[in-house]
Amino acid sequence: MRKLIEQPFTSNPQGKVGKSHPHESAIRQVSGQARYVDDMPQPANLQYAAVGTSPEASGTLNSIDLTAVWASPGVTDVITVDDVPGHVDIAPVFDGDPIFAQDQVLFNGQALFAVLADSVQHARQAALKAIIDITPSAPCLTVETAKQQSNFVRPAHFMQQGDFDTAFGRSELNAQGHLSIGGQEHMYLEGQVSMAINDEEDRVLVYTSSQHPSEVQKLIAEVLGCKLHKVVVDMRRMGGGFGGKETQAAQWACIAALLAKRNQCAVKLRLPRMQDMIATGKRHPFENSYQVGFNQEGLIKAADIDINGNCGHSPDLSDAIVDRAMFHCDNGYYLENVNVAGHRCRTNQVSHTAYRGFGGPQGMIVAEAMMDAIARKVGKDPLTVRKLNLYGDKERNLTPYGMTVEHNLLGDLIARLEASSDYWARREAITQFNKTSPIVKKGLSLTPVKFGISFTAKHLNQAGALLHIYTDGSMQINHGGTEMGQGLHTKIGQIVANEFGVSLHDVEVTATRTDKVPNTSPTAASSGTDLNGKAAQNACIIVKQRLAEFYAETINESELTADKVIFADNYVTLGPHSVEFVRLVQDAYIGRVSLSSTGFYKTPKIHYDRSTGNGRPFFYFAYGASVSEVSIDTLTGEYKVERVDILHDVGRSLNPAIDIGQIEGGFIQGMGWLTTEDLKWDDRGRLISNNPATYKIPAIGDTPEVFNVDLYPRDNDEDSIYHSKAVGEPPFMLANSVWCAIKDAISSLTDYKVDPQLPAPATPEAVLKCIMSIDPDATRSEPS
Amino acid sequence: MISFLLNDKAVHIDATQADTTLLNYLRDERNLCGTKEGCASGDCGACTVVVAKANEQGSALEYQALNSCVTFLSAVQGKQLLTVEHLADGETLHPVQAAMVDAHGSQCGFCTPGFVMSMFALYQQDSAPNREQVNVALGGNLCRCTGYRPIIDAALASCTGTPQDKFSQHQAATIAKLNALPNSDAGLDTLFMPTNRNELAATIKATPTARLFAGSTDIALEVTQQLKSLPTLVSLTQVKELQVVEETSSGLKIGAAVPFSKMEALLLKHFPSLHELLDRFASTPIRNQATLGGNVANASPIGDMPPALLALNAVIKVDNGTTRRDIAISDFFTGYRQTRLQNDEWIEAIFIPYLKPNAQVRAYKISKRQEDDISAVCAVFNLALDENSKVLQLKSGFGGVAATPASVDALSDAIKGKDWSKISTFELGKKVLSESFTPLDDVRASAEYRQALLVNLFKRFWLQTNQQSQQIETRVHAYE
Repeated sequence: MRKLIEQPFTSNPQGKVGKSHPHESAIRQVSGQARYVDDMPQPANLQYAAVGTSPEASGTLNSIDLTAVWASPGVTDVITVDDVPGHVDIAPVFDGDPIFAQDQVLFNGQALFAVLADSVQHARQAALKAIIDITPSAPCLTVETAKQQSNFVRPAHFMQQGDFDTAFGRSELNAQGHLSIGGQEHMYLEGQVSMAINDEEDRVLVYTSSQHPSEVQKLIAEVLGCKLHKVVVDMRRMGGGFGGKETQAAQWACIAALLAKRNQCAVKLRLPRMQDMIATGKRHPFENSYQVGFNQEGLIKAADIDINGNCGHSPDLSDAIVDRAMFHCDNGYYLENVNVAGHRCRTNQVSHTAYRGFGGPQGMIVAEAMMDAIARKVGKDPLTVRKLNLYGDKERNLTPYGMTVEHNLLGDLIARLEASSDYWARREAITQFNKTSPIVKKGLSLTPVKFGISFTAKHLNQAGALLHIYTDGSMQINHGGTEMGQGLHTKIGQIVANEFGVSLHDVEVTATRTDKVPNTSPTAASSGTDLNGKAAQNACIIVKQRLAEFYAETINESELTADKVIFADNYVTLGPHSVEFVRLVQDAYIGRVSLSSTGFYKTPKIHYDRSTGNGRPFFYFAYGASVSEVSIDTLTGEYKVERVDILHDVGRSLNPAIDIGQIEGGFIQGMGWLTTEDLKWDDRGRLISNNPATYKIPAIGDTPEVFNVDLYPRDNDEDSIYHSKAVGEPPFMLANSVWCAIKDAISSLTDYKVDPQLPAPATPEAVLKCIMSIDPDATRSEPS
Repeated sequence: MISFLLNDKAVHIDATQADTTLLNYLRDERNLCGTKEGCASGDCGACTVVVAKANEQGSALEYQALNSCVTFLSAVQGKQLLTVEHLADGETLHPVQAAMVDAHGSQCGFCTPGFVMSMFALYQQDSAPNREQVNVALGGNLCRCTGYRPIIDAALASCTGTPQDKFSQHQAATIAKLNALPNSDAGLDTLFMPTNRNELAATIKATPTARLFAGSTDIALEVTQQLKSLPTLVSLTQVKELQVVEETSSGLKIGAAVPFSKMEALLLKHFPSLHELLDRFASTPIRNQATLGGNVANASPIGDMPPALLALNAVIKVDNGTTRRDIAISDFFTGYRQTRLQNDEWIEAIFIPYLKPNAQVRAYKISKRQEDDISAVCAVFNLALDENSKVLQLKSGFGGVAATPASVDALSDAIKGKDWSKISTFELGKKVLSESFTPLDDVRASAEYRQALLVNLFKRFWLQTNQQSQQIETRVHAYE
């Protein structure tokens, strides 16, 4: 039997793929019909849960007096860790995340107990009434303290290439820097929510807003003390995830399931916004430092990079997150002689977790800080230094972790963006402007992005799909990925429609469910379409093969073999013969051909040996670059992003509108991380930026007035789904140019001699402090 | 009874908890789950709905976006409450909905209904909004996915031109339905809606523990964030004496319960330099609810308007139903969220004297974000010079630097009679200001930053009001 070839991308007259189809739920979303977990019709026996939390960041939990909680109006049940029949630890990889605190409290806001009541308000009011007896101990709240105490959630990891010590000693020039990098609240507009429905006998069905239904299923089974086949998890759509629902959704689903089983009812648990912000993990804050040696031209000879993630109280995903920071501290630049150390510091904060970029942004920004530092030392434009240090094509192309950078697009991509953004003319204009403007200063920066695509945990790079074709020719596709707004379901629908040459309307992408596709990976690491798109395509190819063979048998002409069958325009064609797709489906059904199949995919080529810090952890790299221009006010530290130009590589775009949406949205989210999004904890470890009144994500006026976004026109050289590239995370780091442009504007105060040490986020306060540190006279300048 | 149109159906509510928010009513009692809860604090806009009511002439409908999460049911008495489910005309999407689809303006979709409703209000209100007006209309809606560009495109594409939708077609019928709603006897046994000062005084006397509110944008947070029960409430919005806006011969008198959006234009006519402060006062849905009286009575040290009122010598007009009295704003605030109001008193109006012809006023607000943020420091200066550029007076008002909004009389005293154009005058003022306050560290700013801003905003003011430095650019954001 000859294998059917894949539907060629270019033989797609109806434009199922490569066209800007609207988001599959767009009409439902704009008309209020799109259902999220909290909008689902409520079962008649539904009760509502709320969680009581620790008021201390660290200490011994002596007792919880729940008398007043039980007595509170409407309360029907209260549970603590003692009421968990199965596993108490719901950590995703390494131990350390108890569903409720046991003997020790580990962070302020840690769940201690849960209440069930007849209304949301009753449950939440009751949860405030516990008398909690904790003997507090001194919390560890900073990376610095954790390192002093050797307090780590996981062992350090190291990467090394060449000989740093020798090369650094021989370097003509050098620079050092330290970078404080803030974390980030996900601020998905839909908060954490789950609804557990006690199913017959010992089964449970859970609707949850989660990026990882299979893990939620596993953890619920473990907590309940049953096997996985008793638990079904259903996830139609999230109101945003960004990594915040990769591991952080499970706890609430588990609590809802526990209460549902105990009380033989349906239970909904939705966190109020403030509790959501306090009790769920965030992007890791980092404290990173570097030493870099270079020559008079600004070419890096040696670099030593020390990376320290503030992991919070437990490992969660921090091992892989700090690894990814290490994997990206080179960004697009060749580091011939380099040491990279990555420490995973334990603090008494909520356990920090996945967030778009997964540590990559916190590593990559070190590379950009080094470029700026070098440029100021050698007196060149930072762009010149960046271009000088880019990875080469045939040489100078080995990463600190031993992976060869192939198909490097950055040189050409930057050249195009440099021209289209008119970088050098604007640089000149800005230099002139700054000479005559004593208060307002302008800055400009071009920064590249090179982001590795694949889960660094190799086993996660697999996906499954399930395809059903019905006898009217319509079909359902189910796959392991989850829809959180990124357009995954839209792209999957396009892929399936393209494979069969049918209308997109005939393809329904159904809710992610653990009873349809099992053992799925989280929708994370930008991999949703790469993995699930290939799995869906695989299912299509299997069914197409059956249909083609059936059709060839029907035609029964020796030259006209199954491999010559073409699916296009709602017809199936073989030589001179042609049949309507729906007709062939019906004939195949009568002919007892299976019209359903699973599909499977695993990413090829990848491997990484942690013991040596060497391998090819990534299938390929996604590239991009951005140019940002800012104005800063040297009296107040206020700033404005005036113009942004982006050129980004998505390979062959499956849906340009969706890809551009990811690029723009990622950029603005990254800009928020680097500017206004300021997480603050008090000295007792309590999060005080705990609501949207005190934690400011970008609003509509922050979108730059000039915002040019283009796709770099080149197919992925690797065999990804239709040679597209992943797009979820890489654009987030395009926002580095905003941070660098603010630094550029500050540097103008010193005639570009000083590299300002600006932390992230660069709030107006941080900007003014930085200005005052390099130019104490700035506020005393006279009117000219 | 509270009567209103829910979309196109008349609804009459006889009894409910006074502190039921509009959002919970829609989602829990009407199963209209298109309206979302994002924060329950009026900060994200996911819960945005639109309220329509007949204009004063009864000839047309006026549409306003509200945050349903911080609004009680009394706010919709006699009005039409529109939710996202009702916008489409059968299978045909409303133009703003269609534009959002066409522009790829929804990703996760959770903020989308709120954006659609804010955009719908803009569609009804403005014939050709520019980008800045779109930003103002949608500044209270947060989107975490798109970066806003497609949403801006959708608004610019769909909100231009005369409204032509089912709402404009059915306008007369809707007005007739609204007129048919019973308006007498408005309110509930738990949620009082007095209509004049006598009724208000009687209500306060009869239910002395009931809390007064106008826009509800702050008091509702006690319910949604602190989980308090407010069993009895008194809405001030129907009290006719509190709705008066009057240009008297000597100043502007603004009724305490007039929403900002109703009096902004008049305030700006007389005090154009408050533009930045008003533009950045919360968000459009909040401005449609929030009142100057509430902003003053709240006595928060970080309220936006008290610094301006201090610098402008405003007078707080207070009433208890029998006795009216005036309190100078500079005497009004007595401590952290404390005022001179007696238990039985309410603010009737705020009187702001017109500016002297030579006055130069600037209002500055510094916050992390431009839209819908609370100030780290707010500073308002009101300068009078004589013909020789000598300082006659410099009134000031500051927020965020003390337990109450505060002015610094010593600043005016120190530089009175000095030549404003002299750097020495600036230095003198700077010295006074740098010694006037001991600000605190909090989530919004450090004490050091606040201290630096006090001085630097004074410097900005000095640069902007001196002829020799006026051409220097001092702002990165334009508020003209």
